[in-house]
Amino acid sequence: MSPLRTDLAIIADHVPEGARVLDIGCGDGGLMAAIRDTKRADARGLELDADNVAQAMAKGLSVVQGDADTDLADYPEDAFDYAILSQTLQTTRAPDAILGELLRIAPRAFVSFPNFAYWRVRASLMFGGRMPVTGALPLSWYATENIHHVTIDDFRALVAKQGIGVERTWYLTGNRQRGAGAANLMAEQAVFLLGR
Amino acid sequence: MADDVSLFGGPRAVTLSGPLRLDSGAFLAPLDFAYETYGTLNADKSNAILICHALTGDQHVASTHPVTGKPGWWVRLVGEGKPIDPARHFVICINVLGSCMGSAGPASIAEDGQPYGMRFPVITIRDMVRAQAMLLDHLGIETLHSVIGGSMGGMQVLEWAACYPARVRSAVAIATAARHSAQNIAFHEVGRQAIMADPNWRGGSYYADGEPPTKGLAVARMAAHITYLSEEGLTEKFGRRLQNRASKTFGFDADFQIESYLRHQGISFVDRFDANSYLYITRAMDYFDLAEEHGGLLANAFAGSTTRFCVISFDSDWLYPTSEAKMIVRALNAGGAEVSFVELSSPFGHDAFLLDTPGLNATIDGFLKAGEGARGGTEPERSEGPIG
Repeated sequence: MSPLRTDLAIIADHVPEGARVLDIGCGDGGLMAAIRDTKRADARGLELDADNVAQAMAKGLSVVQGDADTDLADYPEDAFDYAILSQTLQTTRAPDAILGELLRIAPRAFVSFPNFAYWRVRASLMFGGRMPVTGALPLSWYATENIHHVTIDDFRALVAKQGIGVERTWYLTGNRQRGAGAANLMAEQAVFLLGR
Repeated sequence: MADDVSLFGGPRAVTLSGPLRLDSGAFLAPLDFAYETYGTLNADKSNAILICHALTGDQHVASTHPVTGKPGWWVRLVGEGKPIDPARHFVICINVLGSCMGSAGPASIAEDGQPYGMRFPVITIRDMVRAQAMLLDHLGIETLHSVIGGSMGGMQVLEWAACYPARVRSAVAIATAARHSAQNIAFHEVGRQAIMADPNWRGGSYYADGEPPTKGLAVARMAAHITYLSEEGLTEKFGRRLQNRASKTFGFDADFQIESYLRHQGISFVDRFDANSYLYITRAMDYFDLAEEHGGLLANAFAGSTTRFCVISFDSDWLYPTSEAKMIVRALNAGGAEVSFVELSSPFGHDAFLLDTPGLNATIDGFLKAGEGARGGTEPERSEGPIG
């Protein structure tokens, strides 16, 4: 099995043993398989792409083909201990509504996203005048699925406005963790652990 | 041929004394069953897979059909090296109650020595499933590794999971719905009216003189067959092409290829199917509403279920569209059941579950093997392909 993407590895490390987890936008189920095997987690997935769903099912995982924007309503309150939304928030039509859904389905949620205020992104816009293409934002503006770009400070403001608690944060540049200092400028990605 | 007296193997038939109490309140006894099994039941009886067939299907899931001479109807899924493999699974397929391939149905002989005809009680999908459970009891099979079926077979799968949750470890429901819609009922009613309008139908009492209502049954099949195909599939396969002629005849022959095809489908169907069975089974499907059986809430049908579910739909299936599959998935999620769902892409409409549809075998294979792995390494070594 290929090693997990760094943000997923952080999430996998911090999922408690035996937790019930819903991975939204689970892709081919890499994270789900990892926490099933290392944490005995009861992991379920939601994924838009049929090929990814089939690949995840071939790993023996329970994955439902569906859309985070419309299908989270199908899950009852507190159906899970943790909801996971990795690198998906910025692709959804209603990120604010989805944050509410995550914390309805589970008391805690991991959310990771690329930080649009990362200095390389700022520099690309400021000096190049072009939409940035970076490691965390690898596709051109016309090809990217990201429709709601967000910065770390924007995200903090939104969760504060929604009365959602931030229990823990991790910041990444490339594949390395970094400190919280000037994270909105210096971090390429962020992982938040949210609580009600 | 000592095997022929055993419970398991190729074509098998047994009569159970019953009685079976039906949803209508009527009792049916005795009950004939025709079934086939493939593979070997393992020592702890944990490898049994029940395959449920569709409206006009039968027990010949992977064996040559005795009337048509065609290969089994699901050889793409069942066989050596296939997702359902007799090398590691014990496969059972039972002709459904109400059908005409050896299990109790309207053509069966009643107590008075005459065929039941329309005196056969109206049955439901749940009656079919209860009858199957009765046969499995007789065969000594308590728990099923999986119950699998498409279309009406999928309805039986859902009913199995709802009626006997402790007996079903996993369930694969393909191209199906938890209830028949008004449109589903409407198409079936067209078929039934075609049969009953045939002068040969005679209130269902046509068995004695060998003059069954073949014209009506053929029309019923033609109408139904349209619902099994997609518009895209029909256009691709037939378009407006003419049948063995250069121009229109300005008459009512089968000028178009699609007309010729449908007529052939209708005519060949009557050789292998009983018109009264068609009435009874379509009625059972129309009566099917799993939510209604559980206080109006589909989630109640699966409350507390520990069965693993796999629900599959096809994007061009307008008979049991993805929206119906998602209703099932929603109900399963609401009950916290372990469910996987995928909508596969196929141009072939409802029939996709019987055809080579990309992703179908891989999805079912992964789902079944996951269940086998979880039980602790009963899966044999894969023999195909190089290692590494």
